[in-house]
Amino acid sequence: MPEVKKIATRDSYGNALVELGKDHDNLVVLDADLAAATKTGVFKKEFPERHIDCGIAECNMMGIAAGIAATGKVPFVSSFAMFAAGRAFEQVRNSVGYPHLNVKIGATHAGISVGEDGATHQCNEDIALMRTIPGMTVINPSDDVEAKAAVQAAYEMDGPVYLRFGRLAVPVINDKPDYKFEVGKGVLLREGSDVTIVATGLCVGAALEAAEKLAADGISAEVINIHTIKPLDEEIILNSVKKTGKVVTAEEHSVIGGLGSAVCDCLCEKNPAPVYKIGVNDVYGESGPAVKLLEKYGLDAQGIYEKTKGFVGK
Amino acid sequence: MENLELQKTANEVRKGIVTAVHAAKAGHPGGSLSAADVFTYLYFEEMNIDPKDPKKADRDRFVLSKGHTAPGLYSTLANRGYFPVEDLKTLRQIGSHLQGHPCIQHTPGIDMSSGSLGQGISAAVGMALSAKLSNDAYRVYTLLGDGEIQEGQVWEAAMFAGHRKLDNLVVIVDNNGLQIDGKVEDVCSPYPIDDKFKAFNFHVINVADGNDYDQLRAAFKEARETKGMPTAIVMKTVKGKGVSYMENQAGWHGKAPNDEEYATAMEELKKAGEALCQK
Repeated sequence: MPEVKKIATRDSYGNALVELGKDHDNLVVLDADLAAATKTGVFKKEFPERHIDCGIAECNMMGIAAGIAATGKVPFVSSFAMFAAGRAFEQVRNSVGYPHLNVKIGATHAGISVGEDGATHQCNEDIALMRTIPGMTVINPSDDVEAKAAVQAAYEMDGPVYLRFGRLAVPVINDKPDYKFEVGKGVLLREGSDVTIVATGLCVGAALEAAEKLAADGISAEVINIHTIKPLDEEIILNSVKKTGKVVTAEEHSVIGGLGSAVCDCLCEKNPAPVYKIGVNDVYGESGPAVKLLEKYGLDAQGIYEKTKGFVGK
Repeated sequence: MENLELQKTANEVRKGIVTAVHAAKAGHPGGSLSAADVFTYLYFEEMNIDPKDPKKADRDRFVLSKGHTAPGLYSTLANRGYFPVEDLKTLRQIGSHLQGHPCIQHTPGIDMSSGSLGQGISAAVGMALSAKLSNDAYRVYTLLGDGEIQEGQVWEAAMFAGHRKLDNLVVIVDNNGLQIDGKVEDVCSPYPIDDKFKAFNFHVINVADGNDYDQLRAAFKEARETKGMPTAIVMKTVKGKGVSYMENQAGWHGKAPNDEEYATAMEELKKAGEALCQK
C-alpha cells in the first residue's frame, strides 16, 4: 500500500492564509507569540506589514481583532485553542460574538493530539464553548484539503467563525476532484445500513478506517463527516439515522458539549435514537506522543472500531 | 463651539441622563454625569462625525470602554441628533434600541459594543491600528473608568498601543475616584494612574478638572499634536457632577432616582441651565 500523505491542518491554515492574502489586501493576521506553531509565520514572511504579533496577551488580541473588524478589514486571529477559546472566551463572546463582528478565529493545537505538552495545552472544551455563542460558526476540518477550503469559506462569509486545527499531521482524505466544501453541509463518505458514524476533525479519517474493519466483521457502517459543527447539518444526520437507527459520534474533544452533544440535541428533538459518544471522557489529557495518546484515549481507528462494534452488538 | 455653549449642551445631556435612568428605574447615573462634559466635548467639538451618516468611513471613532455609563453616551448622541431625545425614556426597556450597555447593532452612533470592563480599550486599539495599516486619518477615542483600569486587559492593550506608537489613539480615564464598593484607593488602588500609562510609553496629560472646558480643550489639543505615541488623558472629575445629592457618592454609581429625587435633580439642572443663559 502506498504511503498516505499526511499534513497537519495548522500547516494548511498558514498556507491558506498566504494564498488568500495574495488576493485580498484587507486580510490581516494576528498572533500571540505563536506564529511558528500556529503557522501564521508563513503569512508573516510573505506579508510582514499585515501580520500583527500581539505578544502573549490573547484577551487583548481578541479585542484588537474586534476593533479591526469594526473598521471593515478581515482579521484572522490565531493562537492555541486553549487560549483562543479558553482564556479569551469572554472576549470572544462579548467583543466578537455579541457585536457579530467579522472576526475569524484560527485555533490550532486543539485536542489531545497536542501531545507532549500535556493537559494544560490540550483543549478538549473549545467546541463546547464556541457553540454556545449565538451566531458563531464552528468548523473542525478533517484534513489539509478541507482545512484550506474552510479558511477560504470563512473569509468569504460574513460573521464570526471559529476554525479548529490540529498540531499532528493527519492523512489527506479529501483529495478528490469532486470535493466541495460548503459551510454547514455534512459529507456522506461511506454508505452503510447498521450504524451511522458521525465524525469530525481527525476522527473522520479514523472513522473511515474503522468502517473498513467493521465491514470485515459484517457490520455495515455509514460514515458522515461533520466539518461544520455549528450550524449543524441536521438533515444528513436524520436521513442516515432513519436508515441505521443508531449513531456513534467520534471527536477529539470532550464528550460533553461537542459534536456528540450537538448530534444528541438534534436527535432527541427530531428523531430519538441511541447514541454512543466517542471522545475524551470528562478527563484531562496527559503528556505523550500524539499517536500514542489517541490510541490510549480510544480516538484512533482501532478505538472507534472496538467501541462501535460493542455498541452495535453484532 | 464656545465653552458656554458646551456647558449649556452638557446641562441638557445631564437632564437626559437623569431622565433616562429615572424612566428605566435602573442604570448608572454617577459615572455618566462625571463624564457628561467629556462626552459633550468629544461629540460637539473634538470628533469628526456626522449624525446623518453615523457609519461614514472616515469618521473618528469612540469606544465607551466603561460601558455602564451608556446613559451619558446615549444622551449625548441624542442631543447631537443621532436619534430623538425622547428615545432616552426607553432606556433598558424591552424592544428599545437603548440597551443597558452600548450595542453596535442597535444604536446609531455606537462604534463598538462594550460594557464588560477592560474590553473596549482593546477594540479601540484595534481600530487605531487598522487606521495605521491603511493610512487612514481618523482618530480613535476611548473612555475608561478609574475602577475599570483594575482589569488586566487594560494594561495588555496599553502595552500594545505604546509598542505600536498609536498616536491616533486617545485613552481617557474618568478619575472620579469611586467605584461600586467605595473609593478606588480603598478597594484596590490604581494610583499612580499617570505613571502607569507613562511606563507603557504613553504621552500622559493630567487634567485637574475634567468638568472644565478650558482644561479639556487644552488636553485634546495637546493629544492631537502628540506624535509617535498614544495619549492618555487622566482627568479628575466629580462622580454625579451636576446633581447635588449624587456628587461624590459611591451609592449613586448604579442606582436610579425615585420620583422625588428625580424632580429635585431636574429642578437643579433647570436652574443651572437658566444660570448659564444669564451669562
